[in-house]
Amino acid sequence: MGLNPDTSPVNTEDGVVSSMSPNWMTTKLDFLANWARANSLWPMPFGTACCAIEFMATAAGRFDLSRFGMERMSFSPRQADVLICAGRLPFKLAPVIRRIWDQMPQPKWAISMGACASTGGIFDTYAMVQGIDTIIPVDVYVPGCPPRPEGLMYGVMLLQKKIKGESFMDSSIRDEQLTDPRTGLFLPAQRIDEISEPFGNSVHQTRSA
Amino acid sequence: MTVSSPSAAALTAAFGAAIERHLVSCGDPIVYVANARAHDVLAWLQTTPGQEFNYLTDITAVDYRDPGRPLEVVYQLRSLDRKADLRIKIALDTGRPLVVDSVYDLWRGADWLEREVFDMFGVSFTGHPDLRRILMWETYNEGFPLRKEFPLRGHYNRAEQTRQALAANPEAHYSVEELTIAEAFQELPPDVRERLSHGERGFVK
Ligand code: SF4
Repeated sequence: MGLNPDTSPVNTEDGVVSSMSPNWMTTKLDFLANWARANSLWPMPFGTACCAIEFMATAAGRFDLSRFGMERMSFSPRQADVLICAGRLPFKLAPVIRRIWDQMPQPKWAISMGACASTGGIFDTYAMVQGIDTIIPVDVYVPGCPPRPEGLMYGVMLLQKKIKGESFMDSSIRDEQLTDPRTGLFLPAQRIDEISEPFGNSVHQTRSA
Repeated sequence: MTVSSPSAAALTAAFGAAIERHLVSCGDPIVYVANARAHDVLAWLQTTPGQEFNYLTDITAVDYRDPGRPLEVVYQLRSLDRKADLRIKIALDTGRPLVVDSVYDLWRGADWLEREVFDMFGVSFTGHPDLRRILMWETYNEGFPLRKEFPLRGHYNRAEQTRQALAANPEAHYSVEELTIAEAFQELPPDVRERLSHGERGFVK
């Protein structure tokens, strides 16, 4: 980022994140940068299922996502700021969303829209990722099946709130969170299994054989 | 009670014992055919005057939960001119390799339908030009999801499934031939070729 003077971390390991301490200058810069970022988020729509219909409704005239500076859908990940996964994510699409996420430049955020994207939803099956947070980092989860446009907009506003609290003094929030080259996984295997445990009604789903 | 389709009687006359049985279910005629003669029967149904089942609506399969009950491969045929439907079934013993003859040579539309049955049930089609998975990714190795013995959540744990999915190359699934009609242009029917060669989106020869 142009606004980010090279604040190379002195020693991230020990929790010291910046060579500078916050002062009047940096907090004003933060305010300016965050204000600009939060109000001109370019969404990368990753619509895979029914939730995408509701996402389209959110973007259309009646609910009008452009009030949040989000009317410019970025169908190229390289110009996008926020990935909105609207719909269930099958395992076959897991490498695709991962690649799109890796192609998006910093700063970037992700919204997981709907029960399926957040948890696998009603699809506790062989084909479905049980929550996209096992594949990419997620900032805001929007519940619902599908969430109403108001729900998604509330999620967007929460994201804006989160962005306005960021500081470029903490450069670690801009670190790329890549997949572990040894395991090929984004999260540790144990945590993926834990997150994917059946819950709610899917506990009663019949397991064949 | 609905009467059986005239095709069933004609089939029995032409193929004798290869026609195992026929029935009418919910008004739809169903004919069970022996696997060995199935391809002949389907070819006969396609070309014989008075049958002319020129449209293959679907190929699918059914795996029943009852133990020992055979897996059925189902062909749903339609004669567009006669406006008649016919369902042909082949019963396969699940204890033995599931192999049937491909009908790709009769109906080109069988290409992806047979791939889907292969992908979901593990039935192989001899003579299919390109039998690989179509819905699941090509390196998927957990088995055949629509078989009854397949557990709902798959065989592996979620971490392993995620690892294998992330290891897949998302661009490897599509060969150039799948994405372009240029190569297939000469194989299109003449009227379609004619239409495609006009207009601004026309095919440049
Ligand atoms: S959460 Fe509901 S609406 Fe959204 S993709 Fe899943 S099933 Fe469809």
